[in-house]
Amino acid sequence: MTPDVLKFMETARYGIPQELWTILVIIVKIAVVLGAVMLHVAYATYFERKVIGRMQNRLGPMVVGPYGILQPIADGIKSFFKEDIIPSNADKPMFFMAPVLGLMAALSSLAVVPFFNGFVIANINIGLLFLFAMSSLAVYGVILGGWSSNSKYSFLGSLRASAQVISYEVPLGLSLVGVMIMAGSLNITEIVNAQSRYPGGMYIIAQWLGFFVFVISAIAETNRSPFDLPEAETELIAGFFTEYSGMRFALFFMAEYAGMIIMCSIAVLCFLGGWTIPPFVLKLLPFLAVVPGVVWFVMKLYVCIFFYYWIRATLPRYRYDQLMAIGWKVLIPLALVNIVITAIMKLLVHAK
Amino acid sequence: MIPLNWYMWLGGIVFCIGVFGFVTRRNIIIMLLSVEIMFNGVNISLVALSHYLEDLAGQVLVFFIIAVAAAEAAIGLALVILLFRNKETITVDDLNELKG
Amino acid sequence: MINKIFFFYFSAVIVAMSLMAITRRNVMHGVLYMLLLFFHIAGLYLFLNAEFISAVQVIVYAGAIMVLFLFVIMLLNLREDILKKQFIGTWPMGLVASAGILMVLLLSMLTVKTGEKGFWGIAQIESVTQTVAIGTTLYTQYLFPFEVASLVLLVAIIGAIVLAKKRLK
Repeated sequence: MTPDVLKFMETARYGIPQELWTILVIIVKIAVVLGAVMLHVAYATYFERKVIGRMQNRLGPMVVGPYGILQPIADGIKSFFKEDIIPSNADKPMFFMAPVLGLMAALSSLAVVPFFNGFVIANINIGLLFLFAMSSLAVYGVILGGWSSNSKYSFLGSLRASAQVISYEVPLGLSLVGVMIMAGSLNITEIVNAQSRYPGGMYIIAQWLGFFVFVISAIAETNRSPFDLPEAETELIAGFFTEYSGMRFALFFMAEYAGMIIMCSIAVLCFLGGWTIPPFVLKLLPFLAVVPGVVWFVMKLYVCIFFYYWIRATLPRYRYDQLMAIGWKVLIPLALVNIVITAIMKLLVHAK
Repeated sequence: MIPLNWYMWLGGIVFCIGVFGFVTRRNIIIMLLSVEIMFNGVNISLVALSHYLEDLAGQVLVFFIIAVAAAEAAIGLALVILLFRNKETITVDDLNELKG
Repeated sequence: MINKIFFFYFSAVIVAMSLMAITRRNVMHGVLYMLLLFFHIAGLYLFLNAEFISAVQVIVYAGAIMVLFLFVIMLLNLREDILKKQFIGTWPMGLVASAGILMVLLLSMLTVKTGEKGFWGIAQIESVTQTVAIGTTLYTQYLFPFEVASLVLLVAIIGAIVLAKKRLK
C-alpha cells in the first residue's frame, strides 16, 4: 500500500455519507492490521524454530510443505482440534477469561502503531502512554491464568510474573522518557518525524543508553528467555499455562508473540527511525527513496525479532534474585542517568 | 451538553459506596479497595470541575491524589503482609488484643 | 443525545462495578471488578477532555496498584478468611451513615455555584496539546506541591520496605 491508496480511501466515497465512510475506513484498517499481524505472529513461530534450529546445528521444521513452510498452519489446526481440558477446582470464568484478556491487551496496542507514514488506526496525542497502559495490562492474563488453574506450578509462575512485570515496567517507562524529551511529543507519528529531522536519523545514536535499558526490560516484560522465569520449563513445567490445553493454550502463545511484535515495533518507532531511513544514507544512495516505508519498517522489525531469538539461543536463564537485582539496582539508575543527561543536552542545544 | 451536577452526583455516589465498604467489611484488603474507590469518586468530580471551569488545577490535583493513592496502597499492603505474618488472618474483627 | 447515552452507560457501570467490588466474598473477584471500574472511569475522563489523566489512570491504577493488590492476595493464604462472615454485625448502621453522607453531598451539590472560568479552555488546550498544558501548569504553578508529592512517594517506598522486610538475625 502506498499513500495514494490512502488518499483514495479518504476521497472516493461512492455517495456514502461521510460519518459512515469514516467508520468503514477504520474497520477496513483494523481488519488489515489484525490480519497482517496475526500472519506475522504465526510465521514468527516458524522463524524462531528455524533460527534456533540453525544456531543449534539442526534443520528446524522440515516435514510440512517445502522447508516446513506450512508448519504454523498445521500447528494451528492441531491446537484447534485438541481437547479443551479444565482442571476440576479451577475458577471457571477466570480460567476462560485469562487467555482472552492477555491477547486483547496485546492486540489493542496495535491501534496506535503507525506502520508507515499516515497509516495508523488512531493517531492520538498520547500514543506512547497508551502503549504503556496496554503493555502493563498484558500481565493480567498471566496472573489470572496462573491463579485460576489452582495448581502449584501455575501459581508460582504467576507470582513470579506479577513481581517481574511490576519491577520491569519502571525501567521500560523511564528508558523512553529520553526519547520523549528529544522529540518533545508523545504522538508516535510525531516522534518518527522528529527522528527524520534529527541529523543522525535515528534516536539510537543519542539514546544508546536508553535503548540498552529498553531492550533488556522489553525482554523481561514479555517474559522471554533469559528472563522467562514465569514459564521456566525446567522448574515449573510451563509456569502459568501448565493447565491450559488446546485453543486456550494457543491464545496464550499468540499473546506472547503479539506482545513481542509490539515491543519490537516500539523499539523500531522510538529508536530506529520507524519507516524512515537516515538522511545521510539517502544522500549517499538516492535510489533507496523508491522503497516504500512499510518495507523498512518490517525489515527493522524482523531484525529486532531475530535479536530476541539470538539472545534466547545464546544466554542461560537468570536466577530470580539476579533478575530483581538487575532491574532495581542496574537498569533504573541507568535510565535515570540517561534522563538527566538528555535533559541537560536538550537545554544546552536550545540555549545556543 | 451534560450538566456539571451530574458528574458531581456520580462522584458523590461512588464516594459513598466507598465509605459503606470501608465501615462495614471485615476483610482488610477490601477495606483498602474501598479507600481507592473513595479516591476515585473525588477524582471524577475534580476532573469534571476542571473541564467545566476551564482550569487545569483540578487535573493537577488528580495527579497528586493518584500519587498519594499509590503510596497508600504500598504502605497498606506492607502492613497487611506484616499482619498476616504475625496473626495468620486479615479479618479486622480478630485483631482484638487491645480490648479492655 | 448520544453524549447522554454514553454518560448513563459509563455511570451505571461505574456504580454497579463499585458495588460489586465491595460486596464480593472472594478478594480476587473484587479486584477484577475494580479493574473494570478503573477502565470505565478512564473512559469518563476522555469525555471530559482529560486524555492524559485517563492514560495515567489506566497505567497507575490498573497497571501498578491493582497488580500490587493481586500480588499480595496471591502471597497470602486466604482460604480460611474467605469462609468467615464478610460484614460486621451492625452493617445497617454503616448503610445509614453512608446514605446520610450521600444525602448531604447530593443536596449540597444542588446549590453549587461555579466561579469564573480559567485560562485553559478547550481551544487553548488543543493549540498546545494537553500534555504540554498539564506539564506547564504542573512545573510552574504547582512546583512545590509536586516536590512534596515526590517526598511522599519516597517515604512510602522506605516505609514499605522497612515494614515488609523479614528481620535479619
